[in-house]
Amino acid sequence: MLSPGSGNTVIKSKLINRRMFLLTAAKAVVMVGLVGRLISLQINQATKYKSLSDKNRFREWKLAPERGAIKDFFDTKIASTEPLYQLHLVPENAKDLDNLFVRLKAILKITDRKVSYLKRVIKKQKPWEPVIVSENLNWSEFSRINLFLHELEGVEPIVSVARTYPDNSSAHILGYVSQISAKDLQTKEYLKELAVPGMAIGKTGLERKLDEQIIGKVGYQRYEVNAFGKRIREIKIDEGQAGKSFKTTLDYEIQKYTNELLKDKAAAVCVMDVYNGDIVSLVSSPTFEPNEFVHGLDKAYWNSLIKDEKKPLGNKALSGLYPPGSTIKTLVALSALENKIIRPLDTFTCKGKIELYGEKFHCWEKDGHGIVNLRKGIQRSCDVYFYEVARKLGVDKLSETAKRFGLGKKVLSDFIEERSGVVPNTKWKKKFIGQNWYLGETLHSGIGQGYFQSTPLQLCLMTAQIANGGFEIKPRIIVDEKNDNLRNYLKHKNENPNEPLPTDLLISNFNLKPLFKNQEHINLIKDAMFSSSNEPGGTSYRHRLENPKYTFAGKTGSSQIKRFTEAQREAEVKQESLPYKDRDHALFVAFAPYKNPQYAISVLVEHGGSGGKTAAPIAKKVIKKVLERHELRRSANNKIGESV
Amino acid sequence: MLQPRSIHSSLSLKDKLSSIDYILVFSIFILGLISIMAMYSTDGGEFKYHTNSHILRFFIFFGMFLIISFVQIRFWHSTSFLMYILFFLLLLGVKYFGLTSSGSKRWLDLYFMNLQPSELMKIGLILFLAKYYHRISIENINQIRFLFLPIVVLIAPVILVATQPDLGTALLIAAGGLTVAWLAGVKVKFFVFSGLSFLALLPIAISFLKPYQKSRILTFLNPERDPLGAGYQIIQSKIAIGSGGLFGKGFLQGSQSYLDYLPEKHTDFIFTLFSEEFGFFGSLLILFLYAIIVWRIVKIGNITRSNFGKLYCYSFATAFFIYVVVNMMMVLGLLPIVGSPLPIMSYGGSSMMAIMLGLGIAMSCKIYKDTPVN
Repeated sequence: MLSPGSGNTVIKSKLINRRMFLLTAAKAVVMVGLVGRLISLQINQATKYKSLSDKNRFREWKLAPERGAIKDFFDTKIASTEPLYQLHLVPENAKDLDNLFVRLKAILKITDRKVSYLKRVIKKQKPWEPVIVSENLNWSEFSRINLFLHELEGVEPIVSVARTYPDNSSAHILGYVSQISAKDLQTKEYLKELAVPGMAIGKTGLERKLDEQIIGKVGYQRYEVNAFGKRIREIKIDEGQAGKSFKTTLDYEIQKYTNELLKDKAAAVCVMDVYNGDIVSLVSSPTFEPNEFVHGLDKAYWNSLIKDEKKPLGNKALSGLYPPGSTIKTLVALSALENKIIRPLDTFTCKGKIELYGEKFHCWEKDGHGIVNLRKGIQRSCDVYFYEVARKLGVDKLSETAKRFGLGKKVLSDFIEERSGVVPNTKWKKKFIGQNWYLGETLHSGIGQGYFQSTPLQLCLMTAQIANGGFEIKPRIIVDEKNDNLRNYLKHKNENPNEPLPTDLLISNFNLKPLFKNQEHINLIKDAMFSSSNEPGGTSYRHRLENPKYTFAGKTGSSQIKRFTEAQREAEVKQESLPYKDRDHALFVAFAPYKNPQYAISVLVEHGGSGGKTAAPIAKKVIKKVLERHELRRSANNKIGESV
Repeated sequence: MLQPRSIHSSLSLKDKLSSIDYILVFSIFILGLISIMAMYSTDGGEFKYHTNSHILRFFIFFGMFLIISFVQIRFWHSTSFLMYILFFLLLLGVKYFGLTSSGSKRWLDLYFMNLQPSELMKIGLILFLAKYYHRISIENINQIRFLFLPIVVLIAPVILVATQPDLGTALLIAAGGLTVAWLAGVKVKFFVFSGLSFLALLPIAISFLKPYQKSRILTFLNPERDPLGAGYQIIQSKIAIGSGGLFGKGFLQGSQSYLDYLPEKHTDFIFTLFSEEFGFFGSLLILFLYAIIVWRIVKIGNITRSNFGKLYCYSFATAFFIYVVVNMMMVLGLLPIVGSPLPIMSYGGSSMMAIMLGLGIAMSCKIYKDTPVN
């Protein structure tokens, strides 16, 4: 059976088997290598690869939290988060985009420019990423879209939320919200974790001051995504946390009323509770529309805002700096009394001007006020009287009193736009201007001109602290707790006329800080202010309120923009005949009711001429309105303790 | 076909059935079922196109494997040269009438299926060389003149396939051919010599590479070079396998493949998918099944009396092993992505057909182990 060369065949078989043995050994080695690799990947490095796989798999979307509300003192929402109707379009769901846009144009007001913009966006994005066709639909548009929805494949009506303000009456103090900018992200630490694309944050006013707390906690939506970034399914949702709501001391009714009064004027009004510093109203005019800022501002509207010479964007009550003018005379007189420079009945003779240090100092009354004492000096706002008082007092003592009463420093905290103003003195001038003080400048300071700069809010605080009998108050705009120390102290004093404790001990028992040395001096100033508003010859006599329930005591002022030339003085040029920009700012401060003061007010009208003519009538109306709502406010105040 | 009858070829059906290697058949079948499961998973847990057509192909070619097993080994021996020539002609046909897809021309449209002749050539070359070395005597093996034909029959299809271009398959065809030659006793010096000449020709060969092929080699050397481009596949495959851990993410739970992070999951990366879902132990099972298949074929080679059968079985086992290892090393990030399917597991009719043909011939060696081939 052996074929030729069968021996050969056997040798060959052996050779083949031998070589196969070598190959098999090599295979075993390779197998071990493969298993080793599997061990390394699936056992040793499994954790690393699992996390890499999850990183592949999951993507998180941040959810913008709902912004907390801001309420007024009576719990009316003056800034809230309201539903917003939007129209989104998911391109991959639309069969025919061009046709769809034609249909949408027929239903909504969409410009051709917007359509071509949307088409460009769609080209850049992934087909399943939605584009926002319309940011803010009104209800009728939204319902019309829903009606035609079956014909509009790819379109999704979305109910979202956005900041809404009931009106523009409190735009300045509330501020506005707008999209996060790159700069915000760099400068604001709290936004680092929060930032959700498209989220609105507070840019000015309370919205900015409260931003960190009011903004809430960001939610997360965790999705499983495929390799192309398309969301496959929702894995987890964390709704986040709505921001904290805040109650303010503002009275929305008065805000609206005041805002209406100031319409078309460049003006500001502050109203403050004289005992606890609650800011009842703070209005700056002209106002702007805060709702416009929420969804990206219209360019034309923005341009109209920044070009307006009345500067609607600035908060004049907080950041407008004006020389206090004659309103400072209350403090000049008080400082002189406290420093025993003058006595109330000391007189000076006003002849319309005095000449000192080779310079002429004019009284606003060209013919002079004749013999003037403190009361008449304030009543008539006699400049010459206060030149004389200031000369004797000196600027440093005056500045000390002015600072004590709140001028020259910020009244509220954390308002980026608030400014501190200037209370000049010799040291200040040396430091900031680098020159020595001239005595003539003391005279200008005595009537609130020259270097003096103050905000309407500071003047309101000053007046409030005079009105409450000379106690320090800490103005506030956010209601945290009841703050009735000063009222309780006065009540205690009224109910216990024979209180054995010495007054200063009693004051400190009530945790109060007096700003006076002798309270009688404060009363003298208040009385003089009463005469200024309620006695014939007073600078605001024409705008008094006769009902004792509303009677106020005030002080007019005008801050000079340009000094009158001698020629203008001779010609008795009236403010009204000057160009708008050259007219004086009109000021008026007051407190009311005189007998039992509750509120202080400051009114500023830019280029309004004289305080008595333009600012006092506004104050009169606002005071009446505020006092009408006083009982309501007190009862709301009594409830604070219960809800907090 | 009429063959001169001998005692060895007059095996009864019972003899034939009893001499089937059931362990081998069983392993192949189990692997086939696993591959159907994996394919079902690539379709997202549904019986869709890939799964259905894979099931069909597996059962058709598994049946073919069984039928081929009963065809006399003598037949395979006598038709070896013819088969090589047939496959070579098909390859030439691809060059002129082939279908082009993703930039390469690899397929012939046979109406009922798209045939990839390069896969068949893997078996054809082994058959040809096994017969060639079976026939020449041991003294002549290392004679230069007897080396010419093997070199020509090896180089010709390799060049045809490499220029399709399909570098991976070309290299695998060459590996099979070289294995036969080495087992037959060709001296190592010849391999060293041709290796050196290959290296010398390498720069010229590289200049013929397509840019994407160059990029694949560079990417293999540093996958993070281009994480979203060519390195993406290696990185995602490693993530999938690594994240499978010890026990895997569970059947139909492979997030990497389910979410389309895994490229070519039906074909080259089927092991990755399985490994992600069944973890380290699942991977070991697959390796184990392949090891059994290789071991059984080697065993058949060992008991087969003819040198043709020996050469064929040893070479096919080795080639089969190389296919498996190259694919796995590729998806495990140990080799560049050259594009080579995993035998039996991967989706693809031609590969399945070639592997089943090869296995069938090996089984025929088992059934007719004592039958001389000439």
